[in-house]
Amino acid sequence: MPRKLILCRCEDVTAADVVHAVASGFAELEEVKRYTGFGTGPCQGKECLRAVALAIAAASGQAPESLLPFTTRPPLVPTELKWLADDGRGPASSRADVPGDDPGG
Amino acid sequence: MAALPLPPSADVVIIGGGVMGLAIAYNLARLGLTRVAVVEATYLASGASGRNGGGLRQQWSTEMNVRLMQESIAICAAFAQEMGINVWMRQGGYLFLMRTEATRAEVERNITLQNRCGVPTRLISPEDARAIVPELDVDRFTAASYNPTDAVVFPWPFLWGYAGAATKLGATIHTDAAVTAIDRHGSDFVVTTARGTITAGRVVNAAGAWSPRVARLVGLELPNWPARHEILSTEPLKPFLNPMVSVLESGLYFSQSLRGELVGGITLHEPRTDDIKLGSRLAFLRAMATAMTELMPRLGDVKVVRQWAGPYDLTSDGSPIVGEAPGLPGFFLCCGFMGHGFMMAPVVAKYYALHLLGRQTHPFFEKWRLARFATGATERESMIIG
Repeated sequence: MPRKLILCRCEDVTAADVVHAVASGFAELEEVKRYTGFGTGPCQGKECLRAVALAIAAASGQAPESLLPFTTRPPLVPTELKWLADDGRGPASSRADVPGDDPGG
Repeated sequence: MAALPLPPSADVVIIGGGVMGLAIAYNLARLGLTRVAVVEATYLASGASGRNGGGLRQQWSTEMNVRLMQESIAICAAFAQEMGINVWMRQGGYLFLMRTEATRAEVERNITLQNRCGVPTRLISPEDARAIVPELDVDRFTAASYNPTDAVVFPWPFLWGYAGAATKLGATIHTDAAVTAIDRHGSDFVVTTARGTITAGRVVNAAGAWSPRVARLVGLELPNWPARHEILSTEPLKPFLNPMVSVLESGLYFSQSLRGELVGGITLHEPRTDDIKLGSRLAFLRAMATAMTELMPRLGDVKVVRQWAGPYDLTSDGSPIVGEAPGLPGFFLCCGFMGHGFMMAPVVAKYYALHLLGRQTHPFFEKWRLARFATGATERESMIIG
């Protein structure tokens, strides 16, 4: 393995970091996310989730298809606060009472 | 954590793999009681411990909380070195902003108490607040309460620190081990989990928002209830914001972590329910974006990268529930921490372990006992944010 193979570019998480997380007993994607911080940067895992999942599977001996993805968080893409804030004119105010619960926890 | 088989018995079983349960396990093991097992329904940090804003403050309205948080911050400041893990602690202070005379009168009383305890909080003008945070719109508040020794941390590494140290000392931690039954056998409890059964003389319910459900397994009705609290994180920015900024009337709060992102939330009232709801809502994003950009107009161009929710664990008087449950010898409670359990855990767990070992107790075991709700001997903590 190259000495510094980066899997999560936003948070600088390397393949070695993932191997270390698995060796420390963390072998679920939700755990490895919290242990290494991978997937918490601007791309929110869109670039790295698959690569990290494969690295966890390889390091832990789990089948890749048995790993559950972590909960996807809104917004879909990084969004400026000014587009979300209620300026009294924009469409946001009329959407304020939309229940809008996503099912994720 | 790896699927570790449950030992058949332990001296203490702790239910809940959050910061409170892990810190109690660590402190017990450190004091020599190593037959301790932590059982967690899903994965470590899955509840409020992995979902909070990482604030550590000493600005409270009750002396108990002021003094506990003075000690907790001291423990946190030494944590990285003692536990060998970076917790990204930054002591940039807390700046509470207020708009009304009523809030100001209450804050002035709190500051007198805090100063008497040795916390250097002071009431300052909007102009003085702007000297600390130049981006503030000073027309949005009339006074501010500033304590430079409050702090923020990155919550997750605390759990890895406590879990790793507890395990090294001999305690065991079991994830995906949801508790489905607790039965009394003589003076012992038989705790049935998704990973098997474990017998122990003492059980600690440190399940946070899930603690009323755990208590029902032994026929105990607890008065605390869960409440969703939402939070967001922005893209990382260059360091510009030193203190945690909070508006007392709206419950808005946000700080800049050492990672550079702004992290914060705001109060959104919902009808009380026993359901633990962790969905994210557009209404929160809108309320938060509105409040942040009103207070700090320059934040309009800052991008939100994620929002999520965590469960507050609320009580009617704003104080936690600790100690042995009346009529249930050996069944201990450590819950109802009002969204402030993370910052309280380092100090509460230290005294909780001493209490379980019978070596030393702490006044909070008297003040925060479950029986207070029946006798009405409650003291309201008003500095509940979010």
